Amino acid sequence: MHMMWFTERAYHYDPEVEPEKYHALENQILKIRSFFGTPNRFFDAEHGARLLNQYLDEKVYTDQELLNFDGVMLNEHHGTPFCMGAVMDVEAAALAAKTKRVKIVLLGNPAATVANQLRLAEELAMIDLISGGRLVSGWVRGAGSEQFANNTNPALNRELFEEAVDFIEKAWTTPGPFRYEGKRLHFRHVNPWVLPLQKPRPPFWIPGLISPDTVAWCARRRYPYVALATRLEPTMDLWEIYGKTAAAEGYQAGPENFGYLQPVMVGDNQARAEELGKRLLFGGAFAHFARPEWMFPPGYNSREATRRLATLDGPNTSGKPIFSATGEESEAQIEEIKRGIYAGYPQVQKDLQMIAGTPDNVIPKLKMILEVLRPGIFSFWLDGPVSAGDRKRCLELLNRDVIPALREHGKKLGLVSPFERAPGSVPLVRETGYATVSNPGALNYSEAVA
Amino acid sequence: MASSEWSERSISLAGIKLPIITAGSGRPLLVLNDEFGYSGWFKWQSALSRDHTLIIPMAPGFGRAPRIEWVESVRDLGCLYSRMLREEGLTDIDVVGFSFGAWVAAEMIASCPHQFRRAVLVAPGGIRPPVGELTDSFNYPANDFVRLTVLDPKATPEFSLLYGEPGPDQAERLDEARAQFARLAWQPYFHNPSLPYLLEGAGESQVLIIWGAQDKVVPRSAVEKYNQVIKGSKLVVFDNCGHRPEIEQSEKFVGELKKFLA
Repeated sequence: MHMMWFTERAYHYDPEVEPEKYHALENQILKIRSFFGTPNRFFDAEHGARLLNQYLDEKVYTDQELLNFDGVMLNEHHGTPFCMGAVMDVEAAALAAKTKRVKIVLLGNPAATVANQLRLAEELAMIDLISGGRLVSGWVRGAGSEQFANNTNPALNRELFEEAVDFIEKAWTTPGPFRYEGKRLHFRHVNPWVLPLQKPRPPFWIPGLISPDTVAWCARRRYPYVALATRLEPTMDLWEIYGKTAAAEGYQAGPENFGYLQPVMVGDNQARAEELGKRLLFGGAFAHFARPEWMFPPGYNSREATRRLATLDGPNTSGKPIFSATGEESEAQIEEIKRGIYAGYPQVQKDLQMIAGTPDNVIPKLKMILEVLRPGIFSFWLDGPVSAGDRKRCLELLNRDVIPALREHGKKLGLVSPFERAPGSVPLVRETGYATVSNPGALNYSEAVA
Repeated sequence: MASSEWSERSISLAGIKLPIITAGSGRPLLVLNDEFGYSGWFKWQSALSRDHTLIIPMAPGFGRAPRIEWVESVRDLGCLYSRMLREEGLTDIDVVGFSFGAWVAAEMIASCPHQFRRAVLVAPGGIRPPVGELTDSFNYPANDFVRLTVLDPKATPEFSLLYGEPGPDQAERLDEARAQFARLAWQPYFHNPSLPYLLEGAGESQVLIIWGAQDKVVPRSAVEKYNQVIKGSKLVVFDNCGHRPEIEQSEKFVGELKKFLA
């Protein structure tokens, strides 16, 4: 297995240290029910600088001291306190130089929304060279809001994404100079003088949430798909799509084709860990990532998702807006929304959307997830306005207690990473046909919670 | 499809079957819909169809007609419609365009000034306002933006008829229309920097510009710019009116058109 950890590098305050600023920021986010679009006058550069350096230091500490972790994972979002990783490659470059051991897993570069894909190819090549070949280069289409932040056309996103990934691979693997005249991308002189150390190129892993099209595309190309903390049942549904597409391509998908991101908070004290885990819900968490008009711009979503949204009681239903006429919630409404958000925490835990507790408490639940999903890549998601000290302790307990237990369990289950077995290398057994990768029969929420 | 007042047929155009709604009798009047596609059948159309033949193409990619891959700009769409007029033998024709459709009509005038006998541009996009901004429709959910386009939805009797019944079908159609609008007009948003210069060079044209003084989508300075660059054009401003004079003040709207198109 490949074990790594992830954080959004959020901008927030510790409520125990700066409660007024913590509440002011949360209230502002809830005023428009959206992290994206929260005005950046709330960004204090000195505080932001401290946080960004803390997040980098945690990864260096992981590299040097938490040797049971195989990697550290980064992502990218723009225009939001949800994630300050506005240019993830800057952080990756810093880590390439500051670390020696861990894989630097980028999930993922928004290939469709960057202005210059050749420059992106050069950036990533430099990261791979400086790190000594430790880059995992993931790709994303970019969330709906990224289309606004980068002013890229949402209706062209998917075709631009697929062409961008193909172009970058070509830039890395086709001897230059050559000219590229594609449908959406045009480069008259492609001859990068920085090329990745890894040959033929760094691994491509693709993170995702709900898109069957993305999953099928991954399977056709044999790219591992990493599900980002989606509920277990729809995750298994998407993996079925991957598996069947893989079968049509002539190979049997296995753990090496899949990864899973799981929110966790591990501490020495059960009650305290659960309380810290609750803070993942700050601002409404991912449900308030961006308002629907930003999250689902025209042409970005599938038809099915568009139709589904129309049945919800929200802005897409005529005459029933979620938001007030001005698009802002009142103070009284904000308090009510907060009550609702945090009152939902017990269910969040029951659904395993946050696994919080001591190592003894979290290990059985995580083992069950491994049994159900059978991923070869596993990422622990550490977030919420939690102190640097509590975060460090969580990472230490993950390293000391949780990862060894899960790794041993993973060995028994035959969970191999893409570094141990090449994705797409296992031929399909024609006589027996496609074998489902996941194991829905192992799913038992009540047993995991007990 | 047909009602007692209009009928729908298809023509072959650039490799697709393009649905066209036709209604009425008399001098032909090309109707170019707004950025949400065909909005439905309204009183203003009934009134005009008494002495005009309304020709309402369902714009390719806007929810009721297939998308044409190579149509990637408003100028492309305008040229496509010019081709349609030639292939259908529609000469000596008038046009009324609404919002995005008015921009398409303006592009057609810029490229071939005498293509139309008379042109009516209603709340036209297409020109960057010297003062203020064109409201970014993509910053709103579809139905919120539609509400924004009239001064007072409650005081607009036909407002609830816009774009059909709310629900999954309407949502899918509007998303398709908005996606196509994004393909054609994402950036620069809802305008073409060269359009005012091309219109300046188009000579004298018989153009009526209609705009609601409380329009929250297109600012006054944009329509004044249209008025300035199109020689011989006339600007009529409706007070107490938003972006849709045709349904907010139907009688007055029909009166202005009948007078101008006579």
